[in-house]
Amino acid sequence: MDNIIFLDNNATTRVAPEVIEEMLPFLTDRYGNPSSMHTFGGSVARKINEARERVASLLGCEPDEILFTSCGTESDNTAVKGTLAMYATKRKVVTTRVEHPAVLATCRDLERQGYSVHEISVNRGGQLDMDELGIRIDDNTALVSVMWANNETGTIFPVEQIAELSKARGAVFHTDAVQAIGKIPINLKNSAIDLLSLSGHKLHAPKGVGALFVRRGTRVATFMHGGHQEFGRRGGTENVPGIIALGKACQMAQKYMEEENTKVRLLRDRLEQGILSSCPDCFVNGDVTNRLPNTSNISFEFIEGESILMLLDQFGICASSGSACTSGSLEPSHVLRAMGVPFTAAHGSVRYSLSRYNTVEEIDFTIKQMAPIVNRLRQLSPFVQSGV
Amino acid sequence: MWDYTNKVMDHFKNPHNVGKIEDPDGVGEVGSMACGDALRLMFKLDENGRIKDVKFQTFGCASAIASSSILTDIVKGMTLEEAAQVTNKSIVERLGGLPEQKMHCSVMGQEALEAAIADYYKRRGGTPPQIKRGTVVCTCFGVTDEEIRKVVQENNLSTVEEVTNYCKAGGGCGGCKAKIAELIDQVQGTRSAAGGKRPAKPARLTNIQKIQLVQETINDQIRPALRADGGDIDLIDIDGNKVIVAFRGMCAQCKMAEFTMSEVVQAKLREFVSDDLVVEELKD
Ligand SMILES: Cc1ncc(COP(=O)(O)O)c(C=O)c1O
Repeated sequence: MDNIIFLDNNATTRVAPEVIEEMLPFLTDRYGNPSSMHTFGGSVARKINEARERVASLLGCEPDEILFTSCGTESDNTAVKGTLAMYATKRKVVTTRVEHPAVLATCRDLERQGYSVHEISVNRGGQLDMDELGIRIDDNTALVSVMWANNETGTIFPVEQIAELSKARGAVFHTDAVQAIGKIPINLKNSAIDLLSLSGHKLHAPKGVGALFVRRGTRVATFMHGGHQEFGRRGGTENVPGIIALGKACQMAQKYMEEENTKVRLLRDRLEQGILSSCPDCFVNGDVTNRLPNTSNISFEFIEGESILMLLDQFGICASSGSACTSGSLEPSHVLRAMGVPFTAAHGSVRYSLSRYNTVEEIDFTIKQMAPIVNRLRQLSPFVQSGV
Repeated sequence: MWDYTNKVMDHFKNPHNVGKIEDPDGVGEVGSMACGDALRLMFKLDENGRIKDVKFQTFGCASAIASSSILTDIVKGMTLEEAAQVTNKSIVERLGGLPEQKMHCSVMGQEALEAAIADYYKRRGGTPPQIKRGTVVCTCFGVTDEEIRKVVQENNLSTVEEVTNYCKAGGGCGGCKAKIAELIDQVQGTRSAAGGKRPAKPARLTNIQKIQLVQETINDQIRPALRADGGDIDLIDIDGNKVIVAFRGMCAQCKMAEFTMSEVVQAKLREFVSDDLVVEELKD
């Protein structure tokens, strides 16, 4: 596929050429097992350590606080279930309504096992109800899990503040930072965050590799039993090329952090302003001030998201939608619904998520396509008064 | 991504007969913006009683738009008697198939056509031939028992999930699933797969068993529906036959406004736990 304009970087990202270059030898010549007792394998172990240092450096933590996993979902599962397993007497988890299913579905499964799970609500702007949070975290709370930034709206949550609150009440604090890593600066050195999940394919590493930060002294049960890999905390022969790629991607993320918050932000703002000014009856979802620099979620009234995406697809423009026209499901996006975005507008939402690989030309081309697409679908729509 | 046929994509990208008719003989409107799709269909007859002109407007996904477009092609030139025979199956066939989860888009076409024909007769002060609307079973989407019977019969459906795929019934709060299973049973004359798995209500419960069963019923039967709608429920206490619950989130403004939330919960608990339970809502 050529001529793809990829504005769906919260779903996944292009693997950076430098990352591919770094990992390639480990798919070809250097196929040794890092646990082996020969130099051929041992040199691979050294590269894994280097990757661990690179991830730690991006997060501002110690290398031995990084545990490699198979994806963001595994990191989230390990954090949530692994923590509860260590606190047998505490039966409560506090999380939010707008978490990714990797956390939400895990918590709901725990509920079936008799845990009580409290999902904190958000307001129309996507911000958490901090009062409710303060009330819900108590002595019986084993774990508080709040995402750093929301994947659909890009809204950033005050996780440091929530981590402090959790610590004061004796609860472990986990954050799903899958969307935040590489997009906003993070420093865990003087933080109260105990556990943090990240995923390679959201920051220009390949799919199928992730990491969990486990602060020294934090008790987490082993999720994958097996060999002594990852300090015995996660068995299984390492995904060597993936881990090395993740290390390189983190190193690059550090280098490009500035660009993410200048160039990418400007492109996002240009796209958003361009769309808002050329298409009537649309608005931005989420907290526009506390927001990832790459994400814009826009609701278009009177039309449906999937048909917008299909028409964008004709031009090779990739975006995603909070609409879900599957069977009779009433639920467009649990995130937009939790924010109280009316059904009518939630059905017509489109998420544009950028990366440093996007160009001004791509953004301007996309802006140019949006108004005709929206107009065309509105001409079809029975809810638009004639004349539009 | 959906696996749409070329025909669906053609009709989506270049829909036929979009728009309105100045002075229509019949207009049918189904769906709503809240449901995620809606269709307005109108037609005009020629002097021989054949559909001379037909136009549509659709809010919805690609398959909703394509279904509407092909429907206008199908009925153009038909008499109303002929048009009344068109079913959602005709739409699906002409499109070369639709994904299972998108079948309701074709049913929406059929319903709009029925409504437009009914409107034609109504405008002349008559009653349309054999149109039975029935009574509403699925309050979320306003689907009637007649409509459910019809999709079950015409598409030979046997599970509640299939019915939801075809006509949305049961896809909202889920409160009508048992009733849908019953209708499937009536039509098919057999016990349906999905309807059969309802656990039998125990005869006598100890207090502990009762508490557990109430909690289970809330977790499995009630909470998912509330959450789908942005709300939640907490079990606060059980005192004899009195179950005290608290509602959170969006439940207050839930669309099931004809019932109070506690009535809905009470009905569920009576169904699964015990007939004598009374639900009270704790308001803070
Ligand atoms: C916030 C968030 N958490 C977790 C995940 C899951 O990550 P992975 O795809 O690596 O399992 C995603 C990816 O969609 C995400 O956006």
